[in-house]
Amino acid sequence: METVKLTIDKREVEVPKGTTILDAAKSISIDIPTLCYMKLEDLNYENNPGACRVCMVEIEGRRNLAPSCKQECLDGMVVHTRTPRVINARRTVVELIISNHPAECLICSKNGYCELQKVAYDLGIREIRYQGEQSRFELDRSASMDRNMNKCIMCRRCETMCHKIQTVGALTAVQRGFDAVVSTAFEKDIAGSTCSYCGQCVSLCPVNALSGRNSQQQVLDVLADPDKVVIIQTAPAVRTALGEDFGFEPGILVTGKMVTALHQLGFDYVFDTDFAADLTIMEEGTELLQRVAKYQAGDPDVKLPLMTSCCPGWVSFVEQHFPGQIENLSTAKSPQQMFGAIAKTYFAEKLGIDRNKLVVVSVMPCLAKKYEASRPEFAVDGNPDVDISIYTRELARLIRYANINFSELPDGDFDHPLGKSTGAGVIFGTTGGVIEAATRTAYELYTKKNLEKVDFEELRGLAGVRSATIDFDGLPVKIGIAHGLGNARKLIEEVKNGTSPYHAIEVMACPGGCIGGGGQPFHCGSMDVLHRRASALYREDAGKKLRKSHENPYIQQLYKEYLGEPCSPRAHELLHTHYFDRKEQLGLTVLTDK
Amino acid sequence: MEKIHLPQCKIKELKEICERNNNDPGELINILHGAQSAVGYLPREVQEFIAAQLNIPVSQVYGVITFYSFFTMLPKGKYPISVCLGTACYVRGAEKVIQEFERQLDIKVGQTTSDGLFSLDSLRCVGACGLAPVVTVGKKVYGHVAPEKVRAILSDFYMLEE
Repeated sequence: METVKLTIDKREVEVPKGTTILDAAKSISIDIPTLCYMKLEDLNYENNPGACRVCMVEIEGRRNLAPSCKQECLDGMVVHTRTPRVINARRTVVELIISNHPAECLICSKNGYCELQKVAYDLGIREIRYQGEQSRFELDRSASMDRNMNKCIMCRRCETMCHKIQTVGALTAVQRGFDAVVSTAFEKDIAGSTCSYCGQCVSLCPVNALSGRNSQQQVLDVLADPDKVVIIQTAPAVRTALGEDFGFEPGILVTGKMVTALHQLGFDYVFDTDFAADLTIMEEGTELLQRVAKYQAGDPDVKLPLMTSCCPGWVSFVEQHFPGQIENLSTAKSPQQMFGAIAKTYFAEKLGIDRNKLVVVSVMPCLAKKYEASRPEFAVDGNPDVDISIYTRELARLIRYANINFSELPDGDFDHPLGKSTGAGVIFGTTGGVIEAATRTAYELYTKKNLEKVDFEELRGLAGVRSATIDFDGLPVKIGIAHGLGNARKLIEEVKNGTSPYHAIEVMACPGGCIGGGGQPFHCGSMDVLHRRASALYREDAGKKLRKSHENPYIQQLYKEYLGEPCSPRAHELLHTHYFDRKEQLGLTVLTDK
Repeated sequence: MEKIHLPQCKIKELKEICERNNNDPGELINILHGAQSAVGYLPREVQEFIAAQLNIPVSQVYGVITFYSFFTMLPKGKYPISVCLGTACYVRGAEKVIQEFERQLDIKVGQTTSDGLFSLDSLRCVGACGLAPVVTVGKKVYGHVAPEKVRAILSDFYMLEE
């Protein structure tokens, strides 16, 4: 490999040709501040528009400063990253950015996590010297996220995520000059765009231009209402990341502390979405076997591969970009919605109360779950199955709000009957987990044999697209897995073209699956953090006595007392749903005079 | 937004423009130039059609159209009026001229009259600063325009319509 030698801050460094000054400096632990720049190493993407000019450095023999994120190292270059001239320029750049940024840090939900705030703090900016025109964009609120473009610094990370990685293509830079802003096609509200609400843009926004919809007050209001019974369900991925907002290392499971915190916040029952994940497996696993059986019997109408439907970001993506493939989606509701449907019927009846008196809150790693909970088909007479969905960071805020000393909390236990889960429900939180859980159950239902080894290593890992063939006692079941919508697009294009080799496809919209969800503590695209979160879930699964969904005694009881068989008419009524062609609804189909 | 049904011949023309450029997203700007001269402007339908042809998100097409002032999403008038707001014209009162056009046509800059006859835009310098303030209507150039002359300029074109 060809290398070049240069000097950065009087230190010699040799780097491969083509390396930027920013990376070369980083390799010898010289930290150059950046704002717009972002490298998602493991996803192989870089956001590098050279827009913010915060990373400017001085190169001897050149008249102008150079942006270190763009400038390649050349042999013999002498670079200075912290001369008075450099720092002055950097300071001026940040002051100019701030001159068009609302100085409302005290009431901003990004306070403490904002990258602009940090750069400004480090540069010691204590006054706003430039008073100029300020952007005046209207706040755009949607079910899942808010856009406050007055805070946008045009780093365009969201655009990179939305276009290049997720291939959703909802967000883009529009207009020019002072009017330039990240917006949607025809500058519609996000709800009128092709946004799938995956929330990955929110995860990467350095400021608070993009943020999750805040439902904190709604939760506090129902908790304060003496006439309501308030129950909460917690998604598997939350317990593996929540601790990070309280100083725990990524991958430390805080399940017990989380349960105690929720009891202390005043929830009447703390239940587990993992229970509903087990239920999802019963329904989705059965549906898969039914479709495969029909296919083998030569039914020409059966839709295979069966695509998972747990992820609302993925479901939206299919509805908007691939409406022709909606029948490949499993009709099984997601665990969140199955939980809501069961809570407001089975559990409400057990308590002997009306569904209107029962409030179901969910805590999810996800922003799309808010949108999912608000979909009208998931309500009975206007009363939603899931009343409020909050995300992991919101739960952390609630815990802080109630002044609960999280790290010192004793471990608590989930309540019953909707709090018991198997290891299969736990691994739903990571990519490959849903299909592994489904395999464990479908294998036993199909072969009527006991599955000795429940760990399917071939389905695990963080490669973007994976495939495996599982032997169901002579029937080779072909499985495809994708995480991140850009990867999922590859699999669904095959389905569309009729070339998909799979029987079942699992998709999660976010890189890493739910552990990397848009509502999780900010991990800035680090795969290391995702690896640690994933292995925590596999640890919890391995430590469980019951690891197959159909062995969950409360699931068995639920079928016996209430639902009958998986995919029975009653189960269909409560636990299955249907999908819509939203491309048509959004008016994205070009009409022509025929 | 109102749906416009593009006539089949225009769709065919747009398709040809895209195909001539190998449906290459890298040729988007050239394709948009062609589309604008074929249709006269670039309404939402045209953008969606081109996006579908090139297999790119329509947001990307919209982003390019809004970046370049040459592209327009509104139909231009039969007689497109441009008032120069370059430095020389500006200091000689072009702002007042533009206001007078706005008043007489009852539209704002960037808009088109409801009868489709006139559209009003500003531009920066046509290279005839000696004639400042300069107004162009289609290919016709008017120099030393004062607000009082606006009515006469418009009537030139109203006369053509009679």
